[in-house]
Amino acid sequence: MPETPENAEASAQITRDEVAHLANLARIDLSDAELDHLAPQLSVILDSVRSISAVAGDDVPPTSHPMPLTNVFRDDVAVPGLNAEQALAMAPQSEQQRFMVPRILGDEQ
Amino acid sequence: MSTQSAWLTKSAAELAAALAAGEVTSVELTQAHLDRIAAVDGNAEAGVHAFLHVDTEGALAEAAASDARRAAGEPLSELDGVPVAVKDVLTTTGLPTTCGSKILEGWVPPYDATVVRKLKAAGLPILGKTNMDEFAMGSSTEHSAYGPTRNPWALDRIPGGSGGGSAAAVAAYEAPLALGTDTGGSIRQPGAVTGTVGVKPTYGALSRYGLVAMANSLDQVGPVTRTVLDAALLHELVGGHDPLDSTSIDAPVPALAAAAREGALGDLSGLKVGVIQELAGEGYQPGVLARFNEAVELLVGAGAEVVEVSCPSFVHALATYYLVMPCEASSNLAKFDAMRYGLRVLPEGVDAPSAEEVMRASRDAGFGDEVKRRIILGTYALSSGYYDAYYGQAQKVRTLISRDFEAAFASVDVLVSPTAPTTAFKLGEKLDDPLAMYLNDLATIPANLAGVPGMSLPAGLADEDGLPVGFQILAPATEDARLYRVGGALEALLEKKWGGPLLAQNPTLASLESAATEGAAR
Repeated sequence: MPETPENAEASAQITRDEVAHLANLARIDLSDAELDHLAPQLSVILDSVRSISAVAGDDVPPTSHPMPLTNVFRDDVAVPGLNAEQALAMAPQSEQQRFMVPRILGDEQ
Repeated sequence: MSTQSAWLTKSAAELAAALAAGEVTSVELTQAHLDRIAAVDGNAEAGVHAFLHVDTEGALAEAAASDARRAAGEPLSELDGVPVAVKDVLTTTGLPTTCGSKILEGWVPPYDATVVRKLKAAGLPILGKTNMDEFAMGSSTEHSAYGPTRNPWALDRIPGGSGGGSAAAVAAYEAPLALGTDTGGSIRQPGAVTGTVGVKPTYGALSRYGLVAMANSLDQVGPVTRTVLDAALLHELVGGHDPLDSTSIDAPVPALAAAAREGALGDLSGLKVGVIQELAGEGYQPGVLARFNEAVELLVGAGAEVVEVSCPSFVHALATYYLVMPCEASSNLAKFDAMRYGLRVLPEGVDAPSAEEVMRASRDAGFGDEVKRRIILGTYALSSGYYDAYYGQAQKVRTLISRDFEAAFASVDVLVSPTAPTTAFKLGEKLDDPLAMYLNDLATIPANLAGVPGMSLPAGLADEDGLPVGFQILAPATEDARLYRVGGALEALLEKKWGGPLLAQNPTLASLESAATEGAAR
């Protein structure tokens, strides 16, 4: 992203091009109509959430999770998992007990 | 209600007692509910439309098995044979799980959610899967890819969301019990606007294994019922530690039904109740505040001491939530990549498309507007250069909100507020105004951010529109029993005042059947 955090605080406007870039990062093909529709909506939402930027000082630790749990392990015992048939049952395409996917390399690779 | 069966309006606890006394069989009960669903549920265009899939065969088979176990004198669970509905975000083997999304249309999961496995093990026939906002993103169930659910109190109004299907099913007597999930209020707000009971347990009290995640640090499974005792019974049944969920609390399930029964005796002497200043007043509908204040007076009458409590950081809860949640959601929903399961769409006009091109086309075709909004928002807030200003800052404010709860619970036993700022609004009214939609969750979100338990129960009808108002009770983490004690007391006091349950006052209930039939004929 070209902007710096300072810019983000000054203006939470998000442009149509930025939305297109983000959609690309999120691997969603948005149509032109969707981009026109989404960009102003996202600007309004961002504008409302940026109010929190000055709420907590540097001395406040972040909370990523409501429960103070760390390193939860189970016993290292083998348990049965899905068999190939079960795992592949809902695959869009499968072949030879494997998921069949479209090509993953480009022409130049 | 012309669809026969006086059993439909009974509570799950009453049904369990009738089953135990041999007054009715599980097959009869299950069939009565299936008939009711057939009569009032309609489809995407008309009727309540609480269900996305109804499992007639499976439910009747489970019911027959329960009856057989009972006849043979085998050990039975407390709710054995009482039918239940399950929100479509919980995985079920043998039944589709779509999360209200096109991207999972027809997906039948290879494993049961732990809470579903517990329902099955306890002999509760699963009637079907209930409608919801796509991937639980919404407050109205209008974001379901399969059409909205309609509020049984007024079919032109929203049933709340995201779990509008579970709440509406219970309110329309299509199911005595249902499971929901609550990330920012998706159990409690639908409960409020449909006149039913909904509980978001302490984070980690019920397993999230098999719950298709929206925001892992906020999501929680919980009961959706018509009475506080039923919620306690269902909560106890599906609660408890699960090694398959690393955030599950490793402690016994508290005695919740006992707390509900004790509360119903109506004595709250010694209880300290805090009214959250920040969650009442401006932005709240007058009729909502009036019913809320009356309910607080009833608590005082039952011996509780009521004080005002300030939680100053709660005013930032909505903004915090709408950063934390999309960040987690955008990451979670990356798994819908059209490779191993779910919708695969080939882009038009592309010869031998790459996996990435298929991914883009599939995610565009499979996700609805609200899901796209949140994925883009989350992707933005997690981008380099924005992370600290948005996600990082939201995590810090989350700490402040938790501290407000800690400070409040140092002086009071429970906190109370209205569950939602308004009664049910009209379908379509806020559909294209995301911010107005998000405001519905104002009062429910703080509990999710802090992981504390919350309950919504009916407080009466607003004078302006005659629609249900919800009363929210919040307790410290792992003190879920307090919700049931206070909720049980308030429910008993209110029903005494009303001369019966609030749902009995629903003026639309009698015409639900004709509404569904006329819609089907159109």
